[in-house]
Amino acid sequence: MSNIEVEGKSYETDEEGYLVNLSDWNTAVANYLAKTENVEMTDQHWEVVNFLREYFEEYQIAPAVRVLTKAIGKKLGADKGNSEYLYGLFPYGPGKQACKIAGLPKPTGCI
Amino acid sequence: MADIAAPAYRIIPIIPALKPGAMEGVRSFVANEKIQEAIGFPGQLVEDWHDRAIARMGELLGKYRSLKVYMDACVHCGACSDKCHYFIGTQDPKNMPVARQDLMRSVYRRYFTLPGKLFPKLVGARDLTREVLDEWYTYFYQCSECRRCSVFCPYGIDTAEVTMAAREILDSVGYGQKYSNEIIGKVHKIGNNLGLPGPALKDTLEGLEEDVKEDTGFDVRFPLDVKGAEVLLITPSADFFAEPHIDGLIGYAKVFHATGTSWTLSSMASEAGNFGMFIGNYEQLRKVALRIREAALELGVKRIVVGECGHAWRVAYSFWNTLTGVGEGADPNDRFAQMLQKQLDHRYRQPSHVCEFTWDMIQDERLTFDKSANDKYIITFHDSCNVARGSSMGGYPGGQFDIPRNIIKAVANHFVEMSPETTHEKTFCCGGGGGLLTDDLLDLRVKGSLPRMEVLQQVADEQGVNFMACICAICKAQFTKIMPIYGFDRRMVGGVHQLVSNAIKLGNK
Repeated sequence: MSNIEVEGKSYETDEEGYLVNLSDWNTAVANYLAKTENVEMTDQHWEVVNFLREYFEEYQIAPAVRVLTKAIGKKLGADKGNSEYLYGLFPYGPGKQACKIAGLPKPTGCI
Repeated sequence: MADIAAPAYRIIPIIPALKPGAMEGVRSFVANEKIQEAIGFPGQLVEDWHDRAIARMGELLGKYRSLKVYMDACVHCGACSDKCHYFIGTQDPKNMPVARQDLMRSVYRRYFTLPGKLFPKLVGARDLTREVLDEWYTYFYQCSECRRCSVFCPYGIDTAEVTMAAREILDSVGYGQKYSNEIIGKVHKIGNNLGLPGPALKDTLEGLEEDVKEDTGFDVRFPLDVKGAEVLLITPSADFFAEPHIDGLIGYAKVFHATGTSWTLSSMASEAGNFGMFIGNYEQLRKVALRIREAALELGVKRIVVGECGHAWRVAYSFWNTLTGVGEGADPNDRFAQMLQKQLDHRYRQPSHVCEFTWDMIQDERLTFDKSANDKYIITFHDSCNVARGSSMGGYPGGQFDIPRNIIKAVANHFVEMSPETTHEKTFCCGGGGGLLTDDLLDLRVKGSLPRMEVLQQVADEQGVNFMACICAICKAQFTKIMPIYGFDRRMVGGVHQLVSNAIKLGNK
């Protein structure tokens, strides 16, 4: 376990930098986590992050990549509803990197 | 992670120059107390770890005669030394299979052989010190248990079994790996490696039904928890979640649809993977496998079909019979195993691999394809290690090699083999198997995939290969991650049933 320091407050993260407590998340923390991932947050990034959090709220897990691309496609237009668009935003992989910034636990398994 | 680069391809693929200690700093994250205790292991390294580790080793040597033979039989001939993808890629001599096993063998000699007890230095016997224990953790989590080295061992030493034993000893003293053990905990708590709860699974499957309808115009179903279905499909949870895995799942569903087979997934057993094998722990292996029996009994299915998952197929093919009663050899005194035996339809192989299912249907002419749908691909096939060396298909030796290739050739026009030194039983691991498919080992994973990437590059350059099919969720995830680092497009990788999905005709039959 380690801690990150954002705007004078300390937050607990795991070995890989994922937030330990879901409720610790806020936009400042998200921006901080994005920076550690070398991701510059734009409106497009926030669309994805916010969708992830909404989905998580309902289902207790991040959405499948396909569910995510479909939702983004519906919201932002079909040209953006594909994994290339998401990889463009989150080069390390939309599943893990976007989850980290959204303050969600890391998906595990053979993915 | 950005600093991880692919090693250069070897110009002459021979034994690489040694780089002692090259990988001694690469260690997978250790499991914390919560993860360990959730699956019944000590939360952290116990105080009397030395005595308990030696005692556990003694128990394993007594229980598995094979392990004792493997400890005694090695003559250090060196046949295995350059057969390991991790050694080839990392050049660390401790990643030579013989050297990795000697980490344990030296301790075995010290405590379990007379010469080692009397003259340890003369016979290369070592005390189990904290440094040795740490070394075990480091290097036994740099082995993917792929068993390629075993193919070349003149004594038939199963090196994966040594790795499994070492991991079991480590777990028994509270020294577990985060990645594997967290996943096993999720299987027990939620039902699958991903931690995908039932409602999310249901939502994902409903979404797939909509997508396939949109793509094809057909109402292909993805049923969940349907009692009385003929087939229970047990597939890796990555098939519900990740790319390109999910395209394979769509392929299975289309095959069931086109052949009019009633089938179901189970929310209780929504995972084929069994990481209990990776950590060499029999109790976990069995406990994870028993969920499948429970689901099969509850749903009353007649057949159990396993999706594209390498180690799951090894567990299913080789161990489910005695673990759970699926297949020949169920314990006569195990009431539930016997119940399941009565319930299953023995006109079919139990369990069946989804490739066996599809190939049988192709042979029975119950499926038709438009092969031109795959014409944009020049396809090669990567044999997954656990399928290649730990199982079979079709009820005859070598069926596990033929059947996936037969399917590819039935659904596509362009198929090319990679170098025969790297396929069939000599296949190289993808570099992410055996509990190593974790971000904290990415450096190892990239290096370990070197021999596969070399020969893929060769067929890509010489024959224009632009698609590598495989039948394992780990292979798919590993290649998707590491291939861009080697300059390949990650979409070059996909399942055999992804190709089936592209070409299958849903309307005619």
